[in-house]
Amino acid sequence: MGQITLEKVTKSFGDVEVIPPLDLTIQDGEFTVFVGPSGCGKSTLLRLIAGLEDISGGTISIDGQDATSIPPAKRGLAMVFQSYALYPHMSVRKNIAFPMRMAGLPKDEQDRRIAQAAEALNLTDYLDRRPGQLSGGQRQRVAIGRAIVREPSAFLFDEPLSNLDAALRVGMRLEISELHKRLATTMIYVTHDQVEAMTMADRIVVLRAGHIEQVGSPLELYRSPRNTFVAGFIGSPRMNFIEGAAAQALGAHTIGIRPEHIDVAAQDAPWQGTVGVAEHLGSDTFFHVHGTGLAETLTVRAPGEVSFRHGDRIGLAPRTQEFHRFDAEGLRIA
Amino acid sequence: MARAVSTRRKLIYTLAAWTAGLLIFFPILWTVLTSFKTEADAIADPPVFLFFDWTLENYAIVQERSDYMRFLWNSVIIAGGSTLLGVLIAVPAAWSMAFVPSRRTKDILLWMLSTKMLPAVGVLYPIYLIFIEMGLLDSRIGLTLVLMLINLPIIVWMLYTYFREIPAEILEAARMDGATLREEILYVLTPMAVPGIASTVLLNIILAWNEAFWTLNLTAAKAAPLTAFIASYSSPEGLFYAKLSAASTMAIAPILILGWFSQKQLVRGLTFGAVK
Repeated sequence: MGQITLEKVTKSFGDVEVIPPLDLTIQDGEFTVFVGPSGCGKSTLLRLIAGLEDISGGTISIDGQDATSIPPAKRGLAMVFQSYALYPHMSVRKNIAFPMRMAGLPKDEQDRRIAQAAEALNLTDYLDRRPGQLSGGQRQRVAIGRAIVREPSAFLFDEPLSNLDAALRVGMRLEISELHKRLATTMIYVTHDQVEAMTMADRIVVLRAGHIEQVGSPLELYRSPRNTFVAGFIGSPRMNFIEGAAAQALGAHTIGIRPEHIDVAAQDAPWQGTVGVAEHLGSDTFFHVHGTGLAETLTVRAPGEVSFRHGDRIGLAPRTQEFHRFDAEGLRIA
Repeated sequence: MARAVSTRRKLIYTLAAWTAGLLIFFPILWTVLTSFKTEADAIADPPVFLFFDWTLENYAIVQERSDYMRFLWNSVIIAGGSTLLGVLIAVPAAWSMAFVPSRRTKDILLWMLSTKMLPAVGVLYPIYLIFIEMGLLDSRIGLTLVLMLINLPIIVWMLYTYFREIPAEILEAARMDGATLREEILYVLTPMAVPGIASTVLLNIILAWNEAFWTLNLTAAKAAPLTAFIASYSSPEGLFYAKLSAASTMAIAPILILGWFSQKQLVRGLTFGAVK
């Protein structure tokens, strides 16, 4: 079991309120991602749930039990840190065994779980090494192993992949997703990378300045962002925003259109512009188009074989049914 | 890339370093040499350096006159005990200052250090009275306590500096892994800080071993350590330089040997964290 409920949770450091009153329920077995720009309070929120920081107000319950004043060790949660936070003076085996040793588990049960975790995480050959002798990816696996063996009611991940290189990150992302499918345990994952959020989450919580901007499944956020912040944050490349007369003609303060919803068309297309930069990824091409009179730059996603170059005139046809309309406050107009 | 240092400059620096080293070491060397002289050679004018009649007579007399082992044993207990006690108190103190600092932590650290700026003689009278009152005069326990207290600020400061180098996330991981505060300090923090703790212990043993003001003023016979043993040979009258030197050599030999064997550890610990 691992249902976590936050009710009117606040956090202040001195006079600075970093988390204004916040309500959130994380369902048992759910993979929830906290995403937002740096300084949005996502890591603080995770540390409040972990108990590593005291909350300034409100209550945190785990499985219906008030956990607000329970110390981190007794909350039944496991955490994987950005820096891995392995014990450098212990072997991999002892690192993984540490939480079980603290819990006073019998030795043979410890050995059984270590063997199982090492098998699942490809660490069997490294059990007697020290963390300093491992690569970044292996260290992260040890950190995950140390979390798994406790059989926690929920896993907390604090930007666990941001110290890894790009290729390794994609691999570990899949491993963590598979781990979640296999264990079906609640996981809360903090990242600033919206691609990680979109690919891994059952539910995404978008945060800005301690506020929850929107909570929903990846596709809900993609299809109906509640405001311009979420619209701009979710999706890659970023959504185009058009303001001024063109938007007012459509009855909105701001119009949002995603790069994948603009088609490259013939010269008599509704929108015209000049290609600034063309990014050829092979499968796709991204055109950054200037001089449309709508926005400084419009980003357009086209199939890989479409070839325009810097300076070429280009015609663009937006799929008008994919327009997102926002009012002057940046809120979505239904 | 190695910086180019001219040979001449290297030579000057080397000479300067050796000169400074020899100046510091010379009194010790002279003491050791004098301990092997006769009392007449010890006060010879002009002084004799190496060419005299080497004798072990002084050591024999010193050994005969006073019970060296008793003083040595007192020194070991007082220096070791005060350091051990100090570390036991300072580890939790430094932990709290390094990992859960408050707005007053810096002030407390400075305030603690400021006690070292007070001349010891300024508090001799009250401490002497307290010792009489509590029956601690000339007792090993009393001296252990006093030396622990006077060195505690240094122990806390040194440990605080080492602990600051340890990432707080690792301790948080231990907390998440179910470790209590005691287990966190015992199984995670202390093993990681071993180099720092070792050099703190060594430095404090040396400081406590050589401490003379309190050991001389608060002991008479029973608890007197090696500093008192040396002092007993310092006399304004008579020709006792050679015997005094023999006693001094015997008193500093154990700590000198300890320092020699641990110098690598000591230097590593003292410069720990200075460069990353």
